[in-house]
Amino acid sequence: MKYLNTFGEYLLFLKLSIGRPEKFKMFRELFVRDLYKMGNDSFGIVSIISIFIGAVAAIQIGYQLVGSLVPMYVLGRIVRDSNILEFSPTVTALVMAGKIGGNIASEIGTMKVSEQIDALEIMGVNSAKHVVLPKLAASVIAIPALVIYSMFLSNLGGIISVNFSGIVSVSGYIQGLLMDFDGFSITYALTKAFTFSFLITTISAVHGYKTEGGALEVGWASTRAVVQSCIAIIFFDFILTQIMLYK
Amino acid sequence: MIELKNINKSFDGKQVLFDVSAQFEKGKCSFVIGASGGGKSVLMKTMVGLLVPESGNINFDGRDFLNIAYEEKKIIRQEIGMLFQGGALFDSLSVEDNIAFPMRMFTNWSKDEVIERVNFCLKRVNLENVNQLFPSNISGGMKKRVGIARAIALNPKYLFCDEPNSGLDPITSRLIDELIAEITQEFNITTVINSHDMKSVFDMSDQVTFVYKGKAWWEGDKSQIRTSDCKELVDFIKASEF
Repeated sequence: MKYLNTFGEYLLFLKLSIGRPEKFKMFRELFVRDLYKMGNDSFGIVSIISIFIGAVAAIQIGYQLVGSLVPMYVLGRIVRDSNILEFSPTVTALVMAGKIGGNIASEIGTMKVSEQIDALEIMGVNSAKHVVLPKLAASVIAIPALVIYSMFLSNLGGIISVNFSGIVSVSGYIQGLLMDFDGFSITYALTKAFTFSFLITTISAVHGYKTEGGALEVGWASTRAVVQSCIAIIFFDFILTQIMLYK
Repeated sequence: MIELKNINKSFDGKQVLFDVSAQFEKGKCSFVIGASGGGKSVLMKTMVGLLVPESGNINFDGRDFLNIAYEEKKIIRQEIGMLFQGGALFDSLSVEDNIAFPMRMFTNWSKDEVIERVNFCLKRVNLENVNQLFPSNISGGMKKRVGIARAIALNPKYLFCDEPNSGLDPITSRLIDELIAEITQEFNITTVINSHDMKSVFDMSDQVTFVYKGKAWWEGDKSQIRTSDCKELVDFIKASEF
């Protein structure tokens, strides 16, 4: 019953926060600020994680292929598909849940406990829409863009890795990388990225918006936002995979 | 004029306000006083629409504030200015942008008109050359003054002040009091102030409502407070050591 109630609150919050902006000029200013903050500030962490994920995936899959009948140049293809289909969208989303989700929950939570949300409401502003909509719009652009960036870097990580480890020649690896590419894998990955960015932003925003008390409660809201965003990502990863890859 | 009629409010079955009725007149500073936990803040939040009462009526110059559509409520809300206890300035905006916020949100004024009005409001609260500072860079007293400047930015008809003196030194407290009283007179605003500070009450109140255990226990003006035989009010005044 408690979970149904929470889910109902979440849906009502979505109804309140999604819609036409009250003042487009103000929305644009906040959107640009949030887009910069979410996108630009996340390049570093996404770059490091993507390169190392690709590198490790190449070594681990290569280790399993050694001695098998499968030709080693297939390694590039397997790593590419693993990166595009799973690692880049899911791991990037999990990292963003920690970085962006925690930030959204603590920012909105602080606004709530310091009466800034009340100040907006008293002025006659729909506070949920004013605060959440620009963040949602920014995240559904920033996170898929970071996922695409991560796809390139993770495959680059794989190339660097095979170059140093010598599991397979770089030319052989690249041959596998370019083999039998199906554009649907990008559609699938971006569908996941859009879904995850929506979940991260809205779940984190609702936790921030429900915060009452002080600094301690803001911290808890932030933690809950990250944990629940991660669970939602994993859950929807499974659902979308089932729906899209086994039609 | 703001009229409250039989306001009842409860949280999780615990009643906090009991049949509160009061009137706050235009061009006057009306104080709501009472002990912490007595229901003052709940009453103010109910008046400005942050909380919805179970029953009762709230009228702003004869306009029903409770039983109207959201869009109509928004129009009345745009006529309300509020000074919060902690200022409630937007952390991510500069002083100038904080004051400009309601203008940018609700008017189509040009950038120059907005800046001109911001400078007027800042000057009115005796602050200058602070436009580009952020709330984290200014003192508590300055935050209150910026809060007042933001509250008067759109020429409100109603001004609500929640504990305007809390956390301020006595000199700054008096400055804030004087400022609120001057603005109330100058712009002919209906001002409602929640306060514990009896010096403020005796200095600037035109009307006083004493809230005790969620009820409007006593009403009068400052001259009647000292001669009142209301035991709870007398105890409250004595406890404030004034």
